[in-house]
Amino acid sequence: MNSIFSQEVPLSWYLLLSAALFSLGVVGFLIKRNLITVFMSIELMLNGVNLSFVTFAHQWHAVKGQIFVFFVMTVAAAEAAVGLAIIIAVFRARATLAVDRIDLMKL
Amino acid sequence: MHLILFFLFAGFCLAGAINLLLQSHPITSALSLIVVMTSLAVLYLLLGAEFLAIAQVIVYAGAIMVLFTFVVMLLNAGREERTMGSRSARAVGFPAVVAILAVIATVILKAQGLGVATLGEGLTDASGKTNIEELSSVLFTQLLLPFEVTSILILIAILGAVALARHGSGEPQGNRERTGK
Repeated sequence: MNSIFSQEVPLSWYLLLSAALFSLGVVGFLIKRNLITVFMSIELMLNGVNLSFVTFAHQWHAVKGQIFVFFVMTVAAAEAAVGLAIIIAVFRARATLAVDRIDLMKL
Repeated sequence: MHLILFFLFAGFCLAGAINLLLQSHPITSALSLIVVMTSLAVLYLLLGAEFLAIAQVIVYAGAIMVLFTFVVMLLNAGREERTMGSRSARAVGFPAVVAILAVIATVILKAQGLGVATLGEGLTDASGKTNIEELSSVLFTQLLLPFEVTSILILIAILGAVALARHGSGEPQGNRERTGK
């Protein structure tokens, strides 16, 4: 890395960023106590993985990696719709979003 | 230039992700997640994936996060209570996360043959096809079946979401009568 105006960035830095985003998502999944925020942490993990897919697609000049990200986005959209519907149903039954109080499978 | 843009938007990404963890109000977390996703779109653009950058902004930062903020406001989610949660999950979880991150970082840093990303170098092949042309031709010829299966998945997800969120579903009959008054 000779100068700050360099046109080149090592791909490993992108991969490190993606690993960091994934780990932050896992940490959020563990420490957040709100059902919606836990769900957001899962989205953060998905985004971290998507970045590594795009990075490897750039590395190998393979467009299929990008198409996989496209599929991940589609599945994530479906997952968000169903997951938020489940959250609404849980909130109706329990009147709370705190994961500590939602400790029974039975409604 | 590429380096500056990378550091700027990688910084936005990490700052947004950390802010998501630190904020106690769900709506602030949702806004930080929008920052993360929009910065990721710029990083995709730097890696030469124009279509994914646009899709990231429209699908993730647009549609999915609107859904999130909508649900946060619909359920009137307030500040979260800070409890310690499951102690075993923390005791096992944090060292595990650090270990996984360390392993991944070591593997990445030791990996040989990882190239560099050069600005403006998209996935254009020798015949000069652009990234979107290449992507669409592969998607609609070789991967047509997965594409169609995805549309069925979305249809099922729509039906499932409507069935789950419809008023009164998921509650036992007596419970519904009690809450209905």
